[in-house]
Amino acid sequence: MDRTLAIIERELRRFRRSPMLIVMSLIMPIVQLVVLGYAFGGTVKHLKVGVIDQDRGVPAVRLRAMAGAVAVNARTFEMIEYHDVGVAVQALRDGRLNGVLTIPPGFSRRVLAKDEPRVALIEDNTDGFVSGTLAATVSSLVGSYNLPPASAQRVLTTTSLDMVEVYPYVPYIQYLLPGSIVMSIFMMVMIGGGIIFIDDKARGLHEGYLVTPISRLELILGFTVSGAIKAVLAGLVLMTIGMLIAGVPNPFEPLRMLRLFCVILVTAMALVSMMFLLMVRMNDPLLPRAMFGVLNTLLYFPSGAVYPQQAFPQWMRAIAICDPFTYAVHALKSLVLKDTGFAAIGFDLLFLIIFTVVSMTAATLLFKRTL
Amino acid sequence: MDAIDVRAITKRFGTFTAVNKISFTVERGEVFGLLGPNGAGKSTLIRMMTTLVLPTEGTALVDGADIVRDPNAVRRAIGVIPQAMTSDLELSAEENLLIFAKLYGVPRDRRKRLIAELLAAVELTQWADKPVKQLSGGMRRRVEIARGLVHEPRIFFLDEPTTGLDPVSRTAVWEMLRKIKSERDLTILLTTHYMDEADKLCDRIAIVDHGELKALDSPMRLKAAVPGQNTLDASFSDMPPDWRSRLEQLPGVERVSEDGHVFRLTSSSAPATTMALMAAASDAGVTVDSLGVQSTSLDDVFVHYTGHQLRDALQEPSAADRHIMLRR
Repeated sequence: MDRTLAIIERELRRFRRSPMLIVMSLIMPIVQLVVLGYAFGGTVKHLKVGVIDQDRGVPAVRLRAMAGAVAVNARTFEMIEYHDVGVAVQALRDGRLNGVLTIPPGFSRRVLAKDEPRVALIEDNTDGFVSGTLAATVSSLVGSYNLPPASAQRVLTTTSLDMVEVYPYVPYIQYLLPGSIVMSIFMMVMIGGGIIFIDDKARGLHEGYLVTPISRLELILGFTVSGAIKAVLAGLVLMTIGMLIAGVPNPFEPLRMLRLFCVILVTAMALVSMMFLLMVRMNDPLLPRAMFGVLNTLLYFPSGAVYPQQAFPQWMRAIAICDPFTYAVHALKSLVLKDTGFAAIGFDLLFLIIFTVVSMTAATLLFKRTL
Repeated sequence: MDAIDVRAITKRFGTFTAVNKISFTVERGEVFGLLGPNGAGKSTLIRMMTTLVLPTEGTALVDGADIVRDPNAVRRAIGVIPQAMTSDLELSAEENLLIFAKLYGVPRDRRKRLIAELLAAVELTQWADKPVKQLSGGMRRRVEIARGLVHEPRIFFLDEPTTGLDPVSRTAVWEMLRKIKSERDLTILLTTHYMDEADKLCDRIAIVDHGELKALDSPMRLKAAVPGQNTLDASFSDMPPDWRSRLEQLPGVERVSEDGHVFRLTSSSAPATTMALMAAASDAGVTVDSLGVQSTSLDDVFVHYTGHQLRDALQEPSAADRHIMLRR
């Protein structure tokens, strides 16, 4: 046991002397959290919509007034008047407009005659998010236009949907935070654990301790525990900074902090043992560096950290099922976004613990006490 | 009981034999050198003795313990300085020693005293708190020497302790090893490809080449066993035509060769040949322009036993390197 403690002491003393390592493993998840959080999280605004009114009747004016209200209040789009369809479409093709709303001649007459009145939205569909937002906004605008004035009906005759939201509004940056916490743990495990371990091996540093009477188990335990301590520290720092940046309500609630600590600890153990299994027979210092980027993408994106897993194709869901990130992200999301208890994350913890035991056993069996 | 008893030890990597049935013993208190070029099998041999590599056949007893059956007893008895610089660069000299004292299970009350003593012995007391990465190569080696002794081992293994060091640092390391040896009951086994290092430090030398033991004795005896122990290189002017045959008849001379203007005389007794040479030159009215006398070096011994120069062997890719190339 003393020898295990000596290995842990050695690793932690080295860690303390490497401030760059600590900064490096935290910077990437924080930058990603902030940039992705704000890049994807915002609502699309200030789209340029050309409006061509070839009708000029009262119903057409009413429709334009409603569109003007959206432009002024929600600011989803800005209206630019055009008189010629050709000019407007050319502006659309040149990228100066995102869409063209055309009110054809005879629109007012058809409205009054209730004879299939139509308006057209010509849109630049190369950007799905933009065209989707524009289509949805104009559809709801047309929907509202079709409704009779509220005062005309005493009793509602059509079914309406009332939405009940269980939790307060979740901005995308908060949705992203659990993934970033897991990524900071992974970064520390890889940079502070795996890469240093293989570099030491390549430099022959491990010969130094292999000639001491330390046992295989003591060595593995020393590396695992020290790796987990470093990774837990990274996870806790990112959790604290991330909660403040993302504006999670009531961030330092003690009971939730305790639960988060448990999830971070179990996640750190799972990722350290996975790293150890991957590195146990590796000697080339280039390999862990090459693996790092691939693993990061392969584990982070299928985990549901940035996008719901329900949207994934079958093969990606298969990866997600074996991916320890999936369970860590799910558990952290439950705690950060919903403030649930252990009951909601029991399966996640169980999976991560089993994953740890299996990888650690395999790594121990593969570990060589000689060169 | 011998400190080290190597018994027909063999190591094969695939079809390549790195060490082939080598046997020798090292007495207690001895400084024993394994001399040979890179890839001769020295490092594989020392790695087997220090339990880092398992032998394919044969075994060795180190401090009475079998390296295969009881490696932990061996590890407790030995201190090892591997070939690579293996100190933790971010830690101070003292911390490096402390961690290893703990890895070896040195009791807390003895740790502090031992570390202070060892740092003093390698003259690093004033650098004790400095991170190792700020120390020079020679100082790092000294940190490692102290580290290898932190658990007071009975046998000390050093794999090429001065490779990569400048001449001043090498001499400093030799001095330190001599001093440490004189103050402790210690057996030292070192590998080297430096002739002077083997000559100055070792009581006995084993010459290893291509994985085989070629010769084993004290440096003095190894040199004595090589015929034509001394060489005299001389150049002359105003020589009579039969000068070469006169040189061949001088006392002690075994052979005379010519290289341009320089005559090389191989002699069994340098002093007798030198005196007679000067007298003969004076009698014949020959002027001696230059004269150099050399006693047999370990270089000559190496050539005698292996059939090639050590420096030639150093330049060609070593057997181990070739093996690695093949594996790639």
